[in-house]
Amino acid sequence: MKRTPLHDLHLELGAKMVPFAGYEMPVHYPAGIIAEHLHVRTQAGLFDVSHMGQIRITGKNTAEWLETLLPTDIVDLKEGAQRYSFLTTESGGILDDLMVYRLQDEYCLVVNAANKDIDFSLLKDQAIPGVELRLCEDLALLALQGPEAVTALGSIAPSVKDLGFMRAAELDIAGKTCCVTRSGYTGEDGFEISTHQTSVAELASTLLALEPVVPAGLGARDTLRLEAGLCLHGNDIGPDTSPIEAGLQWAIPNCRRSGGDRAGGFPGAERILSEIEHGPARTRIGIRPNGKAPVRAHAPLLSPDSTPVGEVTSGGFGPSVGAPIAMAYLPGVLAAPGTKLGAQVRNKNLPVTVCQLPFVPHRYHK
Amino acid sequence: MTDLKFTAEHEWARLEGDVVTIGITDYAQDQLGELVYIELPEAGADISAGQEVVVIESVKAAGDIKSPVNGTIIEVNEALGDEPERVNEDPTGEGWIYRVRVSSAADLDSLMDELAYQNLVSNLD
Repeated sequence: MKRTPLHDLHLELGAKMVPFAGYEMPVHYPAGIIAEHLHVRTQAGLFDVSHMGQIRITGKNTAEWLETLLPTDIVDLKEGAQRYSFLTTESGGILDDLMVYRLQDEYCLVVNAANKDIDFSLLKDQAIPGVELRLCEDLALLALQGPEAVTALGSIAPSVKDLGFMRAAELDIAGKTCCVTRSGYTGEDGFEISTHQTSVAELASTLLALEPVVPAGLGARDTLRLEAGLCLHGNDIGPDTSPIEAGLQWAIPNCRRSGGDRAGGFPGAERILSEIEHGPARTRIGIRPNGKAPVRAHAPLLSPDSTPVGEVTSGGFGPSVGAPIAMAYLPGVLAAPGTKLGAQVRNKNLPVTVCQLPFVPHRYHK
Repeated sequence: MTDLKFTAEHEWARLEGDVVTIGITDYAQDQLGELVYIELPEAGADISAGQEVVVIESVKAAGDIKSPVNGTIIEVNEALGDEPERVNEDPTGEGWIYRVRVSSAADLDSLMDELAYQNLVSNLD
């Protein structure tokens, strides 16, 4: 089992550690998932996400080459800009979802921990001469999230106040060189901070000493992203779901769609572009159980005549919603908000209602 | 030492007359984390040892509670419907879950006393 450079700090803080994607990770600290979740929604929390993969790419024609793998706009990606994207399969599924940002002439990809080795070998295998890639196991990653994140981080690094949403910058925080992006996985304003593994423990302690920052674990990270309607790769998206089914067409710019300057040219383009035009067969939607019982991943959804019509992909309790919430894929008209269905949980058919995502409105920096 | 008996599945049982009160241990509530839902059984139901009678859901996971005894459920802790967190706060007191009138108090003989249970738990961490 691998450990992040903050392992000792987690233990010091009293974290409950669990295995996740090959790492020992903090699922929560003594405050507990609900308290950490609510603190991030109302103030600010610090997450160790050093298990995630950071891939840095440089060299001639890197942007053009990345566009053969990602359905996004990399050629026109300006210095200091960040985009959400995904590696797609030949059949139009999602191999992994990721963030990509550019600092000077380097492209930085932040990918899921469970997929980082697969992603990196795929990129390496596909790389054209002149492109250099590095899976940066020497880099750690922190996420400082919540409406107070900007005030807290701004008190020691004032320039972050001017960083726009989905922008990236290299800057010094408490004497450490960091790559900071204004983004996250909670639906709140916040930052992701990449720094060297030898600097991160001191940096994390500095950030935790700021009012009102508290440590938050993977448990809160999951409930926050679920309320924000954000996909977890391996649950809500994967090789068998297309970005259009998942409602992620916003991440595919016009220049890569049919009729665009650089239309297609990425794996699975045929299906993905066709689904943009004609609509997908099924859509990712929100589910609100009518009762108090959580409906979790893999619970079958049933139509009123008990026909299975879909399956829950993520589900649990939403601390800010104060009730159980879930996401699922449903075909055609069943995906319309207000549709009444049943969820099969322990041989009971619990009434649920289809709703729009997210469950909690995004409050990103504008 | 308390008068509680314990199962290897982290339930506790307290015998008073022919009535056994059942709940989950402090270790179990700590492992599950904050409870958000408890599916209580119906009072009046006949149950047998090993039968799943309660479903307990935390933010993290779902678990079930198997009855350690044979008998009839005579009371459930209805307050847990609105406040499942009582189990986290006071697992062997306010957080009791259900009461069973047992056919034979000997059902509890195979359960652990507190010392044996603490031994079991200390070997788990």
